[in-house]
Amino acid sequence: MDIEKTDIEDIRRNVEEICAPWEGRPGNLIMILHQIQNRYSYVPRRISFEVAKRLSIPLARIYEVITFYNYFKLEPPGKNIVSVCMGTACYLKGAPSLVERLGQELGIKPGESTRDKNFYLQVVRCLGCCGLAPVLTVGQKVYSNVRPEQVPGILAEYRQGAVV
Amino acid sequence: MTDELITLKIDGKEVQVAEGTTLLKACKQAGVDVPSLCYLDGINEEASCSVCMVEVKNARTLVRSCVTKATNGAEVSTNTERVRRARRINVELLLANHPQDCFVCDRNETCELRRLAHNLGVRQVRFPKTSGPRWELDTSSPSLVRDPNKCVLCRRCISVCNRVQTVNAIDATQRGRRTVVSTFMDMGLGSVSCVNCGQCLLVCPTGAIVETNATAGVWQALSDPEKTVLVEVAPAVRASIGEEFGLPPGTRVTGKMVAALRKLGFNKVFDTQFTADLTIMEEGHELIERLTHKGVLPMITSCSPGWIKFAEHFYPRLMKNISSCKSPQQMFGAVAKTYYAQKLGLDPRRVTVVSIMPCTAKKYEAKRPEMVAAFHFWKDKLHLKESDVFPDVDYVLTTREAARMMKEAGIKFVDLPEETFDSPLGMSTGAAVIFGATGGVMEAALRTAYEVVTKKKLERLDFGDLRGLKGIKTTEVDLNGTKIKVAVANSLGAARKLLDEIEEGKSPYTFIEIMTCPGGCLGGGGQPIPTDTEVREKRKMAIYEEDRNMPIRKSHENPHVQQLYKEFFGEPLSDKAHHLLHTAYAARPLYRR
Repeated sequence: MDIEKTDIEDIRRNVEEICAPWEGRPGNLIMILHQIQNRYSYVPRRISFEVAKRLSIPLARIYEVITFYNYFKLEPPGKNIVSVCMGTACYLKGAPSLVERLGQELGIKPGESTRDKNFYLQVVRCLGCCGLAPVLTVGQKVYSNVRPEQVPGILAEYRQGAVV
Repeated sequence: MTDELITLKIDGKEVQVAEGTTLLKACKQAGVDVPSLCYLDGINEEASCSVCMVEVKNARTLVRSCVTKATNGAEVSTNTERVRRARRINVELLLANHPQDCFVCDRNETCELRRLAHNLGVRQVRFPKTSGPRWELDTSSPSLVRDPNKCVLCRRCISVCNRVQTVNAIDATQRGRRTVVSTFMDMGLGSVSCVNCGQCLLVCPTGAIVETNATAGVWQALSDPEKTVLVEVAPAVRASIGEEFGLPPGTRVTGKMVAALRKLGFNKVFDTQFTADLTIMEEGHELIERLTHKGVLPMITSCSPGWIKFAEHFYPRLMKNISSCKSPQQMFGAVAKTYYAQKLGLDPRRVTVVSIMPCTAKKYEAKRPEMVAAFHFWKDKLHLKESDVFPDVDYVLTTREAARMMKEAGIKFVDLPEETFDSPLGMSTGAAVIFGATGGVMEAALRTAYEVVTKKKLERLDFGDLRGLKGIKTTEVDLNGTKIKVAVANSLGAARKLLDEIEEGKSPYTFIEIMTCPGGCLGGGGQPIPTDTEVREKRKMAIYEEDRNMPIRKSHENPHVQQLYKEFFGEPLSDKAHHLLHTAYAARPLYRR
């Protein structure tokens, strides 16, 4: 879906659908941005503009909130989202070396997508399964007790043409 | 805050203050000066800088006096070793990441951070720079340059932009050591709804926001023997430029200013007040025209370019309410390069118009692509191509920039004997002077409209209800049996109330004046620093004093404006006047796509 080419009326309908339930509730901007990111995988600029109009919130304020929280993305992420847990247990069990290896294999830093838009790498806080540390997820799939040398194998499952 | 009084001790001295008073204000009341940096009374009370620390007996830690309320029986010390040390360290921490290029900084003489560091006894900066990012300058705006590296994150600029002006162009983005004041998507001030008013610049304690510098171009024009360089000076400048040379705020320096400009080398020293009178002729007649021919009402003034851009962004449905008159600055450029050039047989391409303005938005206004009326006037006569286009106003200097040029030229401003403006574009009336204060354009327009409509002499020229620094001021005028209500908005935040009323169809007014900056032009973003409420009051007094001292106080009685109509324009709102003195507005998106 190319948001820049989407019909403005479609965008407005979507924004209305997302904003309406939060009408007049304090702190609604964050909830609305969450739902926008769930739907679009990031917060597109055109959507911000419509949300600003709909809620009478200044654009600069929306940008403030988006950039304050790591969670919100301003660019569409790659197709496969690789999340490395950096909670205390995973951190102690070697998560930093996983981030480093993933970075080498993919040629990107956390918060970036590969040029072919196939992978997006991010660091997250506790995923809630410390017994399996260190943990990473690709999409919804969880990989436990991961060692750096397993990283190329895991990524291969999601490379173009891979048999899943 | 209640009427209940509480008693506390500040540095051993007993004081009584109203309940709810902050310690900072209580100290001030007790005559004790507590230094502060981020604090702006009623506008920015974020307590982000920790400079205003004081010690309260039995309190666990030192407290920030700007946000701590006074309590009954409290014992406050503002001058202990512990307090002095904490303030010093907090400023030292701010300095760790601050560029140390004070020699070449625009705010060298007016930097609050530099002064604080000096006054608080900081004599070394022991802390290393944190590994935060180096920021690019934001040079996207025609009026303002932002340097986030010099920003101390006090957030005064954000508060003024959001709360006073309700423009909301900037906000704090990112977090931690990456925190930076920025615009939507980091697009830069030139690509968002910033109206170039420069109020952020006035409240910035450092050099993180400054005006775009136009002095180099002006120096170049002044040393070009081929060029006839004309200067026009806005009303509010004569009530403020003295401050740049150490004179107290509110000193009227019209004659010295004219002398200084002549010394700088301008061929003619003219007055924007001449075209302020011309504006009143056009705008007054436009109002009468709208009143008698059922035109769109209320009519809103158009002199303030920040307000115009604000309207184009936020009130596109009200474009037809805004007077089509150009501002006095742009009328001057158009008249100088047509009527005046023609009269003296000058090639308009060799005439340079420099304006000195209390304003940063005027820099933007002069660069609006439609502000090329003289080019269109001459195009056929001189066989010009589209690529030969030249602006009506070539360079816009703020009051501060003009003063800097005078200093650079070694002009002893204070000692200069007074001189007078050149003729004919230097002649003006008291009505034009008061353009510099909020309510002034309205008052000037009423002085003329009343006499034109009623054919009677206006006995009391002063409209007291329209003067002063209140947000919204109103009055009623009887024009030959027709009573009209008028209103004045002082700042864009105040204007919103009047504009929302119009959009809802509930406005009781016939004529509205809107000035972008608090106080009007005398409090403009191009004025000497500091420009605070106290200083604004004093400049206001100077403006009205200047008005009282003028031999003629009504625009339609300006003999040279009358002559201009006789020789050139014919009458107000004539075809020629429409081409050269009027303009049109268009809706703008909130950001450039």
